[in-house]
Amino acid sequence: MSINRRWSATWFANYRGQTGQWAQLLHRVTGLLIVVFLLAHIADTSLIGFGAGVYDGWEALYQNRIVRIFELLLVGTVIYHALNGIRVTIVDFWEKGSLYHERIFWGMVVLFFVLFGPSVWLMLFVNP
Amino acid sequence: MLYAATSARAKSSNFELWSWLFMRISGVALLLLVLIHLAIMHLFQPISNVTFDFVAGRWSIPAWRWYDLGLLWLALIHGMNGARIVSDDYIHGRVARLVTMTTLYVVGFVFLLVGSQVILSFQPTSTP
Repeated sequence: MSINRRWSATWFANYRGQTGQWAQLLHRVTGLLIVVFLLAHIADTSLIGFGAGVYDGWEALYQNRIVRIFELLLVGTVIYHALNGIRVTIVDFWEKGSLYHERIFWGMVVLFFVLFGPSVWLMLFVNP
Repeated sequence: MLYAATSARAKSSNFELWSWLFMRISGVALLLLVLIHLAIMHLFQPISNVTFDFVAGRWSIPAWRWYDLGLLWLALIHGMNGARIVSDDYIHGRVARLVTMTTLYVVGFVFLLVGSQVILSFQPTSTP
């Protein structure tokens, strides 16, 4: 704990481990973005208690083109956070995980595009 | 002073160990819950389909209410705990820490309560 504090004097660099460091920074940034959206999403869903008029009025916001782009970025953000979380969990629980963390990272990058590519296609062209 | 207080807590309880374990277990559960939620709500139908009537139909099936309730609890606790861990690393001032932690706990608790209440009490017939 105290080691963490001392190192974090260099702002974000809790440790210097190349891909792992950037993966962790991105994990934190995406995590915070998702939790901010989650709070907004709980608020907008709660409007359903006020009836169809109020709820549908606010949900129409999601059909706005600019909001749609943010929604697409949100999907990418969630996919990254999920895949990197799995990587961290593998490294934590598999005894050889720390030996392969970098290889797993690049595997996850490939998997990211495999999942995000079709998502972009579905959201922009199939169900715009 | 602050270090001493933190290490005293670290010695006297396993809170951070349980927090770490919770993040791994809820993370794996959320991987499925969130990706299925995203696929249904955002990818395989236009977002304009997600209206009051759509949600009313969905929540007429108890299993979907429990699904959404599970998603709400796991995502919100996972997210707020993540925000707590990140804040812990970067916010060092005594007052700033007190304000941040209090805000996180209050916001988390209120959104958990409001979100659960909305999911559990929703009655499509009682609203105009």
